[in-house]
Amino acid sequence: MAELPETPDKVFPVDPLHQFQIHSIVPVNVGGVDLSFTNSALWMAIAIGLIGLFFVLATGGRQLVPGRLQSVAELMYEIVANMVRDNVGTEGRRYFPFVFTLFMFTLFGNVLGIIPHSFTYTSHIIVTFFMAFVIFIAVTVIGFARHGLGFLRLFFPHGAPLWTSVILVPIELISYLSRPVSLSVRLFANMMAGHIMLKVFAGFVLLMGLAGVVPLAALVGITVLELLVAVLQAYIFTILTCVYLHDAIHLH
Amino acid sequence: MRRIPSPFPTTPLQKAAAVLTVAGGLLSALPSLAQEAGEAAHKGLPQISQTDTFPSQVFWAIVTFALLYVMVARVILPRIAGTMEERQDKIDDDLSRAEKLKGEADQVMADYERGLQTARSEALDLLRKAQEAWQVEADKRNAAEDAKLAERIKADEDRIAKARAEAEGNLKSVAASVAVALTDKLIGVTPPDQQVSKAVDAVVQR
Repeated sequence: MAELPETPDKVFPVDPLHQFQIHSIVPVNVGGVDLSFTNSALWMAIAIGLIGLFFVLATGGRQLVPGRLQSVAELMYEIVANMVRDNVGTEGRRYFPFVFTLFMFTLFGNVLGIIPHSFTYTSHIIVTFFMAFVIFIAVTVIGFARHGLGFLRLFFPHGAPLWTSVILVPIELISYLSRPVSLSVRLFANMMAGHIMLKVFAGFVLLMGLAGVVPLAALVGITVLELLVAVLQAYIFTILTCVYLHDAIHLH
Repeated sequence: MRRIPSPFPTTPLQKAAAVLTVAGGLLSALPSLAQEAGEAAHKGLPQISQTDTFPSQVFWAIVTFALLYVMVARVILPRIAGTMEERQDKIDDDLSRAEKLKGEADQVMADYERGLQTARSEALDLLRKAQEAWQVEADKRNAAEDAKLAERIKADEDRIAKARAEAEGNLKSVAASVAVALTDKLIGVTPPDQQVSKAVDAVVQR
C-alpha cells in the first residue's frame, strides 16, 4: 500500500494513483488486440466467484427456516425484487435477472475494492461507461420495440403547449443522451475519489510520525464511510437502471 | 520500516510544509505525483492514460458479467425463489390445515357440549320422575298411617269415655252412701235412697 520513496527529493510518500494502475497477469493477444488477463480482470473473476460461492453456500441448505447466510441471500433477493417492482412495475420481472446481476457485480466490485491491495474495477471509467452504455442502448432498444416511434414522446411531456417543444425537446434529448455519462461518471468518480482520499490520508500517517494517529483515526472513519459509499453507489447505479427501464416501458 | 537518511521531512517545520503542500495543492500535485510514481509509461490518471488496457477491461467485464448472469439466472435466482415459494406454500398449507383442525375441534367441542346438555336434561328428568314417584308412595303411606292412627285414637277415646262414665257412676253411689252415713250420724235419720240419689244428682248436675 504505502510505497517508501526511493529518492530523497520526493515530498509525498504515497502515490495515490498507483492503486489504479492496470498490469497484465496473463498476456492474451487476439488479432493484435491486447485482451490480457489483468489485475482488473482478476478482481472481476474473484467478485463473480465470491458471488457464486456465497449464493451456492447460502441457498445450498434450502431450509424452510432460513439460517444466517440464507437470510442474507433472501434479503438481497428481496431488495432487488422490490427495486424492480417499485420502479419498473410488473413488466420489469423479465429484467430481474439482469438487474440482480448488475447489482451484485457493482456491489462486489465496490466493496471488494476496500480491501487493502485489492483492485476496484468499478473505479475505472471504461468499465462503468461500458456498463452504462450497454444499459443505455438496451433501454433505448426496449423503448422502440415496445412503442415504435411513439417512444419519441418521451422527449416531449404530454399536455405541454406545442410551442414549448422548441425548448423542451432539446433539453429532454440532451438529458437522455447524457444518461450513460452521468450514470458511469457517478460510480467511477465516487469510487476513485474515495480511494484517492484513503491513500492521501495514509500518506499523512507516514508523513506526520507520531502525530500520524490523527489521520489514522480519520482513515478508520473514512474506510467506514467508503463502505457506505460502495454499497450506496451500487444501489444508485442499479436503481437508476430501473428508472431508465421504467421510462422505456411506461414513457414517464 | 527502512531507515533512510531523512526521506521524510523530519523537523516540525518541514512536516508542516509538506502537509501544506499536499493539502493545499492536492489537485495540482496529483498529476506530478503520478508522474513520479515510477511507471513512466503511464502518466496522469491511469483510468484515462492507460487506453491500451480498455479492450481487455471491456472484454473481461463482458466475460465475467455474462458468466455471472448465467449463474444468477440459471442457479441463484431459481434457488432462492424456489425456497421462498416452498416456504410460502408450506405456510399456507400449515395455515389451512390448522384451520381445518380447528374446525374439527370446534365440531367435537360442540358435539360434546350438546351431549352434555342432553345428558344433563335426561338426568334432571329422571330425578324429577323419581321424586314424583317417591311423593306418590309417601302420600299413600302417610294416608294409611293416618287412618291407622285415627282408628287407634278413636278406640282409646272410647275407652277413656267408658272409664269416665264408670267412674262417674261409682262417684254417685259413694256420694250417696257418704250422705246417708253423715245424716245418720248428725241427725239420726236415715233418708230414703230415692231422696238421697236425687240430691246427689242435683249436686253433680251443678
